[in-house]
Amino acid sequence: MGARAAPIQNPLKLNLITMASEYASSGEYIKHHLQNLTYGELPAGYERHDGEILSQSLWTFAHGAEEAKAMGFWAINVDSMLFSIGLGVLFLFFFRMAAKKATTGVPAGLQNFVEWIIEFIDSSVRGSFSHKNALVAPLALTVFIWVFLMNAMDLIPVDWLPYAASMAGVPYLKVVPSTDPNVTFGLSLSIFFLVLYYSVKMKGAGGFFSELAFQPFPKFLFPVNLLLEGVGLIAKPISLALRLFGNMYAGEMIFILIALMFGGGWILALFGGALQWAWAVFHILIITLQAFIFMTLTIVYLDMAHAEHH
Amino acid sequence: MNFNATLIGQSITFIFFVWFCMKFVWPPIMSALETRKKQIADGLAAGDRGKHELELAAKKAADSLRDAKAQAAEVIAQAEKRAAQIVEEAKTVAKEEGDRQLAAAQANIGQEANRARESLREQVAALAVAGAEKILRREVNAQTHADLLGQLKAEL
Repeated sequence: MGARAAPIQNPLKLNLITMASEYASSGEYIKHHLQNLTYGELPAGYERHDGEILSQSLWTFAHGAEEAKAMGFWAINVDSMLFSIGLGVLFLFFFRMAAKKATTGVPAGLQNFVEWIIEFIDSSVRGSFSHKNALVAPLALTVFIWVFLMNAMDLIPVDWLPYAASMAGVPYLKVVPSTDPNVTFGLSLSIFFLVLYYSVKMKGAGGFFSELAFQPFPKFLFPVNLLLEGVGLIAKPISLALRLFGNMYAGEMIFILIALMFGGGWILALFGGALQWAWAVFHILIITLQAFIFMTLTIVYLDMAHAEHH
Repeated sequence: MNFNATLIGQSITFIFFVWFCMKFVWPPIMSALETRKKQIADGLAAGDRGKHELELAAKKAADSLRDAKAQAAEVIAQAEKRAAQIVEEAKTVAKEEGDRQLAAAQANIGQEANRARESLREQVAALAVAGAEKILRREVNAQTHADLLGQLKAEL
């Protein structure tokens, strides 16, 4: 009974552990964790989650997936934006600091670390990209570090930040930006437009079109070629974004499922703790690997955009 | 999956980050790396050059040492030769001096002997004359018979 009384004295600590049991069902807990903090306009006449019917349209935070959907395209996931921008600024701040202090002498501390990463990226770019383009290496660096940092948010125990936010009155918080398809598609579509731009720039519009239409089959079968190559082209950004999203979403989901065990008595909670630790260790590999794959494919796609086929 | 304007926000953010990285992060670090690479290469080349020079200097030093030794040996040989020569000369000079002094002494001795013989001869002649005077008494005039007496003196 002492343990049950404890939340009053130390609510934060115990509530973190028994969080899952506070929800009406496991399904609700999972749904809550997968909901972004979406800000948008609800149309007039919309019936909200608490039964209130809006007399006029309202800019507000969405409460649940249906409301977020009702907001349509012109809504924004505030949590994804904040965390991704915050992590990107963090990355650029430290790298800019190292760049400002970069000396040709013996590097120390931060500079050493930054140089190690830069050399790794540079050798990756040199290995996969055989043309001259000053954009590709900084692009690869940004992609790798930014995606890695966004993925690494997954290692923070799933309840900590959302719970802290709910204490501060924020109803939803999804801390891993790369589990938001908007984020991964935002990256991959930007890269896709770069691929299109360089394809046209290096080969000309005609060259790019002939690459799509006149191979692999003879010219008179160009509709078939166009279909095949077009699908191949469109598949690039979609697979790039979905691979990252899928991996991170699945990883996050497993963390959430493990977190559910914390509400099931202390034996299950202990087992869940061990599982969470094991999955986190394994996840270090996944987040690094996914960041690396995203970067490598970016380089490869840009290399293909530069390459002359004929 | 629920697509919304986050997609556009992310793309803009991404483009800004890449631009910043390309402008302010990548070039300074890359140039520092390149400069250091060059410095290290230069340093290694200078090290090689120094090593090479050291080898040359060691070789040169060994050469000079050998030359100096050879010269010293030559000087010593010459000095020994000269010393032997000086000793030889000194010996010759001493011998000559000795011979000369011996000859002078012998000449002196001969002179003394002659002188002694002369005075002896005169005394013998005087004695003979005195004797003959005694024998002949007045008959013998010293002046008259001076020739005879001189002849006698010479025969003695």
